[in-house]
Amino acid sequence: MKIFLTPCIGYRQGGAVMINSLEIIETIKMIQEENLDIRTITMGISLRDCCHSDINIACTKIYDKITRLAANLVKVGDEIEREYGIPIIHKRVAVTPISIIAESCDSANYVKFAETMEKAADTIGINFIGGFSALVHKGFTKGDRILINSIPEALSTTKKVCSSVCVATTKSGINMDAVREMGYIIKKASELTADEGGIACTKLVVFANAPDDNPFMAGAFHGIGEPECVINVGISGPGTVKSALEKVRGQDLGVVAETIKKTAFKITRVGQLVAREASRRLNVSFGIVDLSLAPTPAIGDSVAHILEEMGLEKCGTHGTIAALALLNDAVKKGGTMASSYVGGLSGAFIPVSEDSGMVEAVRCGALSIEKLEAMTSVCSVGLDMIIVPGDTSPETISAVIADEMAIGVVNSKTTAVRIIPAPGKKEGDMVEFGSLLGGGPVMGLNKYSSKDFINRGGRIPAPIQSLKN
Amino acid sequence: MKAVITVIGKDRVGIIAAISAILAESNVNILDISQTIMQEYFTMIMLVDISKSNISFNELAEKLESKGKELALSVRIQHEDIFNSMHRI
Repeated sequence: MKIFLTPCIGYRQGGAVMINSLEIIETIKMIQEENLDIRTITMGISLRDCCHSDINIACTKIYDKITRLAANLVKVGDEIEREYGIPIIHKRVAVTPISIIAESCDSANYVKFAETMEKAADTIGINFIGGFSALVHKGFTKGDRILINSIPEALSTTKKVCSSVCVATTKSGINMDAVREMGYIIKKASELTADEGGIACTKLVVFANAPDDNPFMAGAFHGIGEPECVINVGISGPGTVKSALEKVRGQDLGVVAETIKKTAFKITRVGQLVAREASRRLNVSFGIVDLSLAPTPAIGDSVAHILEEMGLEKCGTHGTIAALALLNDAVKKGGTMASSYVGGLSGAFIPVSEDSGMVEAVRCGALSIEKLEAMTSVCSVGLDMIIVPGDTSPETISAVIADEMAIGVVNSKTTAVRIIPAPGKKEGDMVEFGSLLGGGPVMGLNKYSSKDFINRGGRIPAPIQSLKN
Repeated sequence: MKAVITVIGKDRVGIIAAISAILAESNVNILDISQTIMQEYFTMIMLVDISKSNISFNELAEKLESKGKELALSVRIQHEDIFNSMHRI
């Protein structure tokens, strides 16, 4: 239903003008027509007291702890959605990187931990659980190696478990042994789910400078400096930003930045409200609001369309980086003032398969992998949901990861790679993963080999800009 | 707790009567009403106090929504804080 803006008198209460009808209608329009939503309420749970030498006992402790602390997560999320009239799309859980917890047990395979996480997610009724993770930016421990080797099987035998591996930080450089390893792990995960287009890889993120409090999947985990239990909220609203920009067509880019800032402020205020309410009702401390523009495959929920609204014929053409830099910065500026604690990734996401505008830009040849790489140096994440040919070599995948890690490390920012070599598919073929993850065309990569570079291994030293002490 | 009820749809006889009947039944006090009609579309915004309501928020929302369906109107009830936090610093 279309809503007509009608100027009415403001509500008066105790002499002060409270909310006026225009503002009420604006909020409702943002929710109903422009897909404004709270993307996720993510509960971070520490599992550090669940270690045990017997894998069965460790898993029982993990299951009991998650299902106890998150028992009411979905119920409370639904209540808040009802009372405030704002859709809360996902309720999720992120746990301590499992390699740290599992390391104490004697087992040489950690798939059982993933199965336990899946079972807990089923019990509490959530659609994703994150933290089948390892932090190996400087090197591997015993548990890190076992966890990484367990990833392909863990992600192909479960549906809700998400995994991430941090292989680089600005402070420690890039662990190129881990980068090489991840090329093979991604290939294997894809092959084990060949009949579903390599879907296991959609649940696996390789990070540089991984945030400890990111509420968004697939990269969410509960970092080691985090409290026992915490609520982090991820907000979204690309449609709201686009529609605000439609009202300032033709005006200069200062006006564009200002408009985005104001919209981001309003969106983030809602996130802050929901985060505070959720933490109060669940009796869990409030962590951060992540003010990211996270697109979905739904029409009208695309970051690419915001860039096009700014005046680019297609996302990916010359000018895209400048437009994205403006967008990302204005989102942060508007958001930081709206919330007491901002964290996570906070910025614009550019997951190709989950963004109808990006998919279209790739399909028509406007958007290439090289341009996407460049875009990641000015936005909040990295190469996200990129589908590449099934015959891509593990070394080439590792080299794609290495490039992206270098961008993150040198620029002191988070970058990530979520790449899917789709078995049996060639450049230009289409792959569909289903509603949440979307689908898109297979993108071509450079045909020349990076094998000898990747096989050198070792560690790329931390850049000079990390030496700040 | 205060909430905002918005009713949007094609104008017809008895909209306010129908909505306020539900509110009276549920012991919900109306603090303020504003309404306007634009191109035949009726837009009503009500500020209500639900702290003494004799049914739960969820039941009240369901009652209002089903009345809305019956009258072919969109009826929403939302906690006023969502508007306050979005539009006021």
